[in-house]
Amino acid sequence: MTTIQKKPAIGQVNPIAHLDAEDLELIAKELDDIRQSVIDTRGERDARYIRRVIKTQRSIELGSRVVLLASLFPPAWVVGTAGLSVAKILENMEIGHNILHGQWDWMRDPKIHSTTWEWDSATPAEQWKHAHNELHHNFTNVIGKDNDLGYGIMRVDEDQPWHPMHLGQPMWNFINALFFEYGIAAYDLEFRGAIARGTTKDPKFKREFKAVRDKIKRQVTKDYVVHPALSMVTGSFLTTMAANFTANTVRNLWSHSVIMCGHFPEGVQTFEKRSIDGESKPEWYVRQMLGSANISGSKLMHIMTGNLSHQIEHHLFPDLPSNRYGEIAPKIKDLFERYGLDYCERPLPQQVYSAWHKVVRLSLPNGWLDSTTPRNLPGQLKRLYQMSTGGPKVRRALQARMTQEQRRSLARAA
Amino acid sequence: MLGCMSTTLAQPRRWRTRALKLAETATTPLVPADFLDLFAPLRAGAELRGRVESVHPETADAATLVIRPGADWRGHVPGQYVRIGVDVDGVRCWRAYSLTHGPRADGRISVTVKAVPDGHVSPYLVRHTRPGTLLHLEQATGEFVLPVPSSVEPVETRKLLFITAGSGITPVIGMLRNLFPSTDSGVLRLPRSAAYDITVLHVAPSEPESIFLDDLRRLEAAGSIRLVARYDDQHGLLDLADLDTLVPDLADRTTFACGPGGLLDAVTTHHEQRDLPLYTEQFRVTALVAGEGGTVTFDRAGVTVDCDGGRPILEQAEDAGVLMPSGCRMGICYQCVLPMREGVVRDLRSGELTIAVPGETGADGVRIQTCINAAAGPCHLDH
Repeated sequence: MTTIQKKPAIGQVNPIAHLDAEDLELIAKELDDIRQSVIDTRGERDARYIRRVIKTQRSIELGSRVVLLASLFPPAWVVGTAGLSVAKILENMEIGHNILHGQWDWMRDPKIHSTTWEWDSATPAEQWKHAHNELHHNFTNVIGKDNDLGYGIMRVDEDQPWHPMHLGQPMWNFINALFFEYGIAAYDLEFRGAIARGTTKDPKFKREFKAVRDKIKRQVTKDYVVHPALSMVTGSFLTTMAANFTANTVRNLWSHSVIMCGHFPEGVQTFEKRSIDGESKPEWYVRQMLGSANISGSKLMHIMTGNLSHQIEHHLFPDLPSNRYGEIAPKIKDLFERYGLDYCERPLPQQVYSAWHKVVRLSLPNGWLDSTTPRNLPGQLKRLYQMSTGGPKVRRALQARMTQEQRRSLARAA
Repeated sequence: MLGCMSTTLAQPRRWRTRALKLAETATTPLVPADFLDLFAPLRAGAELRGRVESVHPETADAATLVIRPGADWRGHVPGQYVRIGVDVDGVRCWRAYSLTHGPRADGRISVTVKAVPDGHVSPYLVRHTRPGTLLHLEQATGEFVLPVPSSVEPVETRKLLFITAGSGITPVIGMLRNLFPSTDSGVLRLPRSAAYDITVLHVAPSEPESIFLDDLRRLEAAGSIRLVARYDDQHGLLDLADLDTLVPDLADRTTFACGPGGLLDAVTTHHEQRDLPLYTEQFRVTALVAGEGGTVTFDRAGVTVDCDGGRPILEQAEDAGVLMPSGCRMGICYQCVLPMREGVVRDLRSGELTIAVPGETGADGVRIQTCINAAAGPCHLDH
């Protein structure tokens, strides 16, 4: 991956080079009209939808928690854990994420409102709204600005110099996936940045840190103390604890996968920091179009991903009701086609594979993975060892040689 | 003694609070009520709601809703009104309606709604409400009630005049039904009501458009009231100069008037000149007219900003030095949302107006995004 602005320099095509300012204006006009058509028809049907999802989620959660009171019995454990996992996924994805985006604020229901909602996650809603709605949705896929790209712990672009530390990133990514809600809490808090800058004593940081700590305390008490304690009647303390841990982990893995699919698969574009100086609304729209990827699948899959399977539509219109994304998707796709843009959409396994492939590829020096074959493996490994153990000079030299070899072999193939 | 009493009263409440806190540890981030509402939305301790049990058409454009209120309903006095929150096209709207029954033995309450032409909520309530619908309620309120008869004074004749126009009849019908309950065997004349001598001056655009006309006629036939009906299409618009002719003993009566603002203003002037006792009740406050720009008052900050209609409130408030919550400044992140208690704003992207009318749009006002809304009239923000 190389930022869209640097592509021509290395012989790749800038996917929006063929669009002029007038095209961008026309695209923006069409998108505004699509947005307006949804707003004009927002009503009872949509309200019924979100209320039904909330009711279903609460019923599943309540039912699962009741079944888990007897989690010592294996069938109860399996059913309860599965139910609770589903409930937690629905709560985070289709309900919490979307309500906190203000998608349902128009209903003026104080119980389903972005300013009053709190969700079943380690990060307090208030902090997440700032980090996610304000930063990620504004600076989508801008290297150095959008922390969702690699969460500040990963190498996400070929332009970032490789360091031996990056070899561990598939592992970091997996650990982050397992404990995703805590990863999000830490990064909403800008924890690493605060430590690096030495601002952990600031009143603002201390206040936010306390909010996260209190939230985590409530969450942990619920899942690992209160509900296990209630299960003691049937001697199921430990099994309920294990069930809740499993459900949280399943939810974490699922939401991490879905979110990785949104901006990380191959074919999604990244952008230069300076490219968004004075960016116009049409330019912002196009960045959202090219910086997001969809997941194709069934209606159930869309609901379980919180309709983030329609990531492109969501990024264009973050505050439209999620049940409408699927409805406008054909229009958006048609717009992409007419303007010769790539609508990045694949089934879940392919998107997940693609995103993970990228994580692995970027954990290695540029070009290493692509140029490694079973035959040259010993040589490649030796080179990797040298780059990992040598200083910056060795790394630069070997990287230059590898890049040169790759260019030559590309030229030969052509 | 007093201290002792307050302890015994406070004790169960404290236990209740503790039990709730404990239950919350199992439901966080939700509260136990969120789950209980799935099964028992009308239970004690729930937010006050009511379930529509039946809908009775009154005229072509008016209907009475019989509602079973939640367990915490504290009852009402005839003449009072209730604020009802109903989701119209998915949007929560609040309106006030007079309770049209006295307290009923079965604990139900009723409101009679007239569909206002071009109205938003009333046509919906009249035509689209089905039995089973859940409504949001607030406790009954209102000062438009009959003075409580004093048990010390000798029972005197209570001479009253009700002047009602259009749906202004609704609180009055609540009082009349309470005084003179109607049964299968006719209108009851109860001892507690014997002292009342009531004239009803009922004004309506036409006879078929009169809500509760049958009730009024039945009461008249039973000798409970004297009815003077005036229809604009038959008698022309009511001229208050005729009041003495229509109600010869006007000077002896205490007047209760309920109807649109114009009529109430006229009655008030008329009665003030003659120094006659008057109670009034008005339904709708003066309509807001959206214009270009307006003053935005931040009630808590105590600052008023003169905003033009072309730029977001957020920017102009910041320019004026108000500390504003803000985020993306393009209408997507909702960090800048503030409650508007009163006023009109225009969405700069779509031109759409958002209007907040105290008493109609929720107790907390309407939440607006200040970064994409411009003032379109004088506004009051809770900030």
